[in-house]
Formats: sequence, C-alpha cells, structure tokens
Amino acid sequence: MSQYLVEAIQKGIFETLQMTFFSALIAYVIGLPVGIGLYATAKGRILENRPVNATLSLIVNVLRSLPFLILLVLLIPFTRWVVGTSIGTTATIVPLTIGAMPIVARMVEASLCEINPGIIEAATAMGASSTYTILHFILPEATPSLLQGAAINVATILGYSAMAGVIGGGGLGSIAMQYGYYRYQKDVLWTTVALLVVMVMLIQGIGAFIAKKKRKS
Amino acid sequence: MENVYELSHVSKTYKSEGKAVDALKDISLSIQEGEIFGIIGMSGAGKSTLVRTLNRLEKINAGTVSFYGNDLAKLKRSELRKVRRSISMIFQGFNLLQQRTVIENVEQPLRIAGIRRKERREIAREMLRFVGLEEKEDVYPARLSGGQKQRVAIARALAADPKVLLCDEATSALDPKITGEILELLKKINQEKKLTIVIITHEMSVVEKICDRVAIIDDGNLAEIGKVSDVFSKPTSKAAKKLVYPTNPFDASGTDGRLIRVVFDGTSANRPFISDLVEETGKKVNILSANTKSVGGIGYGQMVLELPKDAKDQEIVIDFFQSNGLTVTEVEQA
Repeated sequence: MSQYLVEAIQKGIFETLQMTFFSALIAYVIGLPVGIGLYATAKGRILENRPVNATLSLIVNVLRSLPFLILLVLLIPFTRWVVGTSIGTTATIVPLTIGAMPIVARMVEASLCEINPGIIEAATAMGASSTYTILHFILPEATPSLLQGAAINVATILGYSAMAGVIGGGGLGSIAMQYGYYRYQKDVLWTTVALLVVMVMLIQGIGAFIAKKKRKS
Repeated sequence: MENVYELSHVSKTYKSEGKAVDALKDISLSIQEGEIFGIIGMSGAGKSTLVRTLNRLEKINAGTVSFYGNDLAKLKRSELRKVRRSISMIFQGFNLLQQRTVIENVEQPLRIAGIRRKERREIAREMLRFVGLEEKEDVYPARLSGGQKQRVAIARALAADPKVLLCDEATSALDPKITGEILELLKKINQEKKLTIVIITHEMSVVEKICDRVAIIDDGNLAEIGKVSDVFSKPTSKAAKKLVYPTNPFDASGTDGRLIRVVFDGTSANRPFISDLVEETGKKVNILSANTKSVGGIGYGQMVLELPKDAKDQEIVIDFFQSNGLTVTEVEQA
C-alpha cells in the first residue's frame, strides 16, 4: 500500500471516531430524555400521560422504521440547512444523530423497564417527587444497564457512519467505497473492514467492562 | 390516647380485565398511638391494599382515611409528600437501591427532606448502629443476607424520624429464626422510640409475638378486630377461627362420634385438666389434637377431644370443663 493510502486510512480512522463520538453524544442528549419520557409516561408509571406517551412513541417508531440509507438521502436538504453542506464528516453527524436518536430512546426505555417497581414504590412512600424519583432512584438503579446499552448504540452508530460513505460522508466507509469498491483495491477494502471490526470490538469490550465495574448486584 | 389513623367506611374497587373487583368493603377501624397493630388475612384478602391506603399509595373509592385528623384524600400533592415523610414503610422485597451503598440507602429519606450531607451521614450512622449494622455502611445490598437487608430497610425507615411505621409482609421472605430477630427489633423500636407500628402479615405467629391489637381481613371485609389475647381466646368470626385454630387432622372414630374443642386461656394452661377429669368424673376422652402457644408471655392452648358415646357422659364431661372456666365449642366434622 502506498504512503498516500496509509495516510488516507489514518485520516479515515480519525474521522470515523469523530463522527461516532459526536453523533452518539448528541443522540444521547436528545434520546436519553425521550427514553425517560417514554418510560415514565407509560400506563401505570409515575408520570402516566397517554397523549405524551403516544406522541413520543409515534415519532420514535416513524424514525426507526426508516432504513438508514433512505434517511441519509431524505435528510440531505435538512443537513444542508443545518451545516451548509451535505458532504463530509460534519455533515454526516446530522443524519447519524437523527438515525441513532430513536434507537437510543428505545434502548434507554428498555433499561429503565428492567428496574424493580418496588424501588419506585419505596421512593413514593418516602415522599419523593417524581423528578427526585427519576434522578435519584430510577437512573442510578438503571446505570449498569444503560451503559451496556450505550456500548451497543455506539457500535451501531459506528456501523452507520461507514454507510454514510456512500453519499459522500467521510471516514473509513468512504475510503472503502472509493478505493475498495470503485477502484477494485481489495487490500484497502479488507483493511478498512478489519479496522471497523476492531473498533466495534473495542467499543463493545470497553462498554461491557465499565458496565460490569459499575454493577453492584 | 390519640388515634394515629381513623378509617371510616373505606371501600376500594379495582377494574381488572373489565370486571370490578371489590378489594376493600366498608372498613372502619382506628389505630392508636404507640400500639403495634396487626392486620392479618389470607393472601388476596385485601390486606396489602389496606396498608397502602394508609399512605395513599392506593386511592380509595369511598370513605375516609385520616392521619392525625387529616383526611389523606384532601391533601394537595406537595402536602401529601410532606405527610408521607412521617409515614415510613418497609416491604417484603426490602426495596433497597442495589447500586447504592448501605449508608447511602439509609440517607435517602433525609436527602428527600433536604437535610445537609454531613448531618445526613451522622443520622444514618446512628440508625445503622441502632439496627446493629454499623460496620456494613460501605457495603452494597447484594452482599447482605435477607435479614440484614431488612435491617437496612428498617434503618432507612427510621432515619426520617417518622410517626408511624408500616410493615408490608416484612418478614415473609425470611426464615423463622431471622423473622424472630426482626420482630424483636420492631418491638424494641416500638418501646424505645414510642413508634406506632402497623404490621401486615398472613402468619399468625407474627401477630402472636408482637401485636397488641389485631384486625382480621377476610375477602375485603373486616371480619374481627380486638386485643390479640381476646381474639386468640375467643375468636368469633369464621375467618378468625380458621386462623387461630389449626385444622383438625382427624375425624371421630365412629360416624356418631362427637368432637369438642376446649380452649385454655392464660393461667389455666398450667393445670392438668385431662387427669383431673378422669379422677373426678371417671369419664374418658380421646385427644385428637392439641397445641399451646405463648401470646404476649401468656400461655394459650386448645385441644380437640372426642367425647364418650353415651349422651349423659358427654354432658358430664362438658360440664366439668365449663365449670372450670374453659371455653367449649362443638367441632364440625368434614
């Protein structure tokens, strides 16, 4: 492999990590509250509210049912409006965030559903407000599960970021497309694939390790 | 003595799969300050629902629940939260935060009450010392035994200096020895802190050991209420009899055999009545089952006897027991 390609791959690794990190961060900033909302407003829960629950659920379901590749194309005008361009690393963060947000929300909801309802009953009996119960009872109890979910979500976003290469996103995905697919450079294709596999494994491994460290039961 | 709780005509109906289920039917009772009040019933009788009306975890459909004269249903949300801080609760499943240490768990109610960190820690330590777990403060609940978990839950319940402690089947997940220890601890709390305690249980032995008064709940109704010693010696309702008297395992030897139940209370449990019967009347009885137990340090016993065949002899035996102050009732045979 030429020096030029090695440098391109190095840059690709950096871009992929950059896209993954920022998309995951923003997806969690939006998805975590949405997930908490989905959980808390459901029937029989502390903030039971049918209309809110149905609305959140509808938004999440619609976004989630769109294949990511279609979402990428659909969002081009929106992306252009937000960041001024629809190609490159920064532009990819927009559809990645929107694609990941509903997955994050559902994953958060699932984690919260796991916790023992008795704990919430205890909090209510102690005279805790709903906000206090969520912040100091529900979220701490769900933390290990939330971390495990986060590892899965970040790995998914990494995979999606590679897909963005097809429509001009940056990172390893676009290198694999341009050199590996269009120019038949099999060595580049396999190198990028191997790198992506290693990155996913690392994310999953680190996530699982932290979750295990945090889990006290 | 002041009443902590005053329940009048409390009813609660659930909607379960379209059908209305009456969980509580017109229950009126009062709980006095400083007593240990037991609520007993078979599972599904409505006793867990009843205890949850005492801190409005369950809303009621009719009637009133008043706590020191305040109708709980009339309180605003913020007022209710404040009142709940003086009504602590412990549970069958302990309900401790698994991801928090023992001392952090005990601090929770103090944190809710807005007490500062340093003071919180001090109070929590004192509570852990009271329940005998001071050396476990930095341990996570998963590492504790069931009895220890319930002690932590008790420490947590006491931290906010409540006026009443509700125990929802608090010993049902524990073995008999640990149950005894937890009941001792509750008794100690009642005596030293003058705390009113309400205990929900399906086990008669729990009521026997520590309760002053007991209410028997049967199919959503209040079947019987009174001092534990009275309910034990003279149960009047069917539900109470079922709980107090163990089912008689044997039938009479013949179809025309007549069975009676003789109930001893208090001091008479020390007298050898059967020997006296034989010596004084010369009549013999067959003992089918017998047991005694201690309720608040006083012995209570009951015995199922098969009477002699002759009707005259039967009267002599019954007269003998009744003239000696024992309660005699017929036992229906299956």
